[in-house]
Amino acid sequence: MTQATNEVQSGSGVVATARRRRKKLTFDKVSFMAVFLGLPLVIYLVFVISPFLQAIYYSMTSWSGFDNNMPFVGLDNYVKLFNDDIFMISIRNSITLAIFLPIITVILALVLATLVTIGGSSRGQIKGLKGAGFYRVISFFPYVIPAVVIGIIWQQILNPDNGLLNGILTSIGIDSAKNFAWLGDPRTAMGASIFVIVWGFVGFYMILFIAAIKGIPAETFEAARIDGAGRLRTAVSITIPLIRDNIQTAYVYMGILALDAFVYMSVLNSTGGPANSTLVMAQKLFSTAFTKGQFGLACAMGVVLAVITLLFSALVFLVNKLTGGSKDVSE
Amino acid sequence: MSVNTSKRVDTGAHVERKAQDTKSDKVVAGVSHSMLAIWALLVLIPLGWTLMSSFKTTSEIFSSPFSLPADWKFENYVNAWNTAGIGSYFFNTVIVVGFALVIVMVLGAMCAYVLARFVFPGYRAVYYLMLAGLTFPVFLAIVPLFFILKNIGLLNTLPGLIIVYVAFALPFTVFFLFSFFKALPHEIAEAAQIDGAGEWRTFFQVMLPMAKPGLASVAIFNFLGLWNQYLIPVAINTRRENYVLSQGIAAYAGQMGYAVDFGALFAAAIIVVVPVLVMYIVFQRQLQGSVSAGTMK
Repeated sequence: MTQATNEVQSGSGVVATARRRRKKLTFDKVSFMAVFLGLPLVIYLVFVISPFLQAIYYSMTSWSGFDNNMPFVGLDNYVKLFNDDIFMISIRNSITLAIFLPIITVILALVLATLVTIGGSSRGQIKGLKGAGFYRVISFFPYVIPAVVIGIIWQQILNPDNGLLNGILTSIGIDSAKNFAWLGDPRTAMGASIFVIVWGFVGFYMILFIAAIKGIPAETFEAARIDGAGRLRTAVSITIPLIRDNIQTAYVYMGILALDAFVYMSVLNSTGGPANSTLVMAQKLFSTAFTKGQFGLACAMGVVLAVITLLFSALVFLVNKLTGGSKDVSE
Repeated sequence: MSVNTSKRVDTGAHVERKAQDTKSDKVVAGVSHSMLAIWALLVLIPLGWTLMSSFKTTSEIFSSPFSLPADWKFENYVNAWNTAGIGSYFFNTVIVVGFALVIVMVLGAMCAYVLARFVFPGYRAVYYLMLAGLTFPVFLAIVPLFFILKNIGLLNTLPGLIIVYVAFALPFTVFFLFSFFKALPHEIAEAAQIDGAGEWRTFFQVMLPMAKPGLASVAIFNFLGLWNQYLIPVAINTRRENYVLSQGIAAYAGQMGYAVDFGALFAAAIIVVVPVLVMYIVFQRQLQGSVSAGTMK
């Protein structure tokens, strides 16, 4: 996202020259622009942008969806939402996910990426571990598995009676794990769900960070080593500041994903878990709309979700900027 | 400059040949390898366990999570394919993802090309509209989307699903290809035009073939994203005979409480995973290369 923005700004010079070169409009050119720009844009506007805008309007009606009667109720839906205890629980759960998921995933991915890229010998050229390629290929596996299947597989592994986890735990002598319902106990349900999502995404971000670290010139690492920096020091003082932009992007993506999390949460615990401990906003929205038919209220939830998502992204950008940003480090 | 570089490489190789790992190197390598090995096991064991369980009978699955199947029940796959309906869901998914992928690649490439190489009024607006599609949660759109499709009669149909897939995959496709087209040299397009090619011909015969590597990367990511898509079909494609794989297997797992054939469930999971895993292993280099292309500046 950030990259694309930069691209446009830096590309404005090219655009300016293109403008000077522009000739008269011909049929070829007009038909070309109409089809090439018009067709995708129409589809995009009808099926993506217009639903976004409609949702904002519907959120101020008490529409039930099955007639054209849309009584305008102003902000009533929002008032209702913030007095709804279960919705507030779902907001809290979503925010919990948005706090823990990115930080756990990013740190784990960074550690693994560092081990793979600069974990090798301290003599000679900077290089990664032997067998790094193998770990890289394996790590990416979970990312290509459909989220639904990840949910189903882990639901079976965490199954209290015949799941793999309890089987392993009891066989090494932890008897209290026998028949323990990881997803059915309010104390562990959220933690187990977070683990599953992290499992699904660490590999992807690991690959992303490996690529970023490989983009750092070897001379930088060599200079650090000559100056006497050890591996930990190199990772903390060289690697992390230099791939700061990538970390920020990863953090934002992972946060947006955490605020959705619909697939994982609904497959792992379709009803929102014990005592609603894993109910997230997306699940609540879905059932409000498609089970209860309260479309106006559901749209209001959608707007709240969108606002929280935007606030989250803004917060990450702000924190990154306040703590030094990337520009002064890389130059 | 070039002298310097070659010298550095030379000495580097020279030292490397003689270098012996210090004690601390060995410790670090040992610790790193064990951490990475733990992670690799954490990835592989659940998949291996699923594969093994897919050959067991339900009673074997219930009796012990570790035991190997007494006889390898390939019927589980037959049951998953026929009884659980995975076969027809598979067919639906291939149709929907196939069409959506082709359409979004063509439309996305066209739109990205125009954005990257032409100037027109409203250029910025288009750009920010695309950005909005990437930032806002799909959930905000899901209710109105349901009624838009209902009004044009495409609700619960495969064409409806295809067009929505196309629309939601478009912003990512456009952004990725935008930077790709931007980087292609202008001279070649100019040469084509001097030789008398119109805009249409320039695009299809000159620019598009040059963009092949970029198109391949985006196509792989789109394939994975669309194949794994769950929310959109669950909301707007609720007729059982039109189910795609992800929602089909979720529905099957959802009724497991009543009709218990766990072997078939594991087999169904394997059937869903294998195509994407094969795709990944075949295109692995391409995919990892494109991740780096997307992040390096």
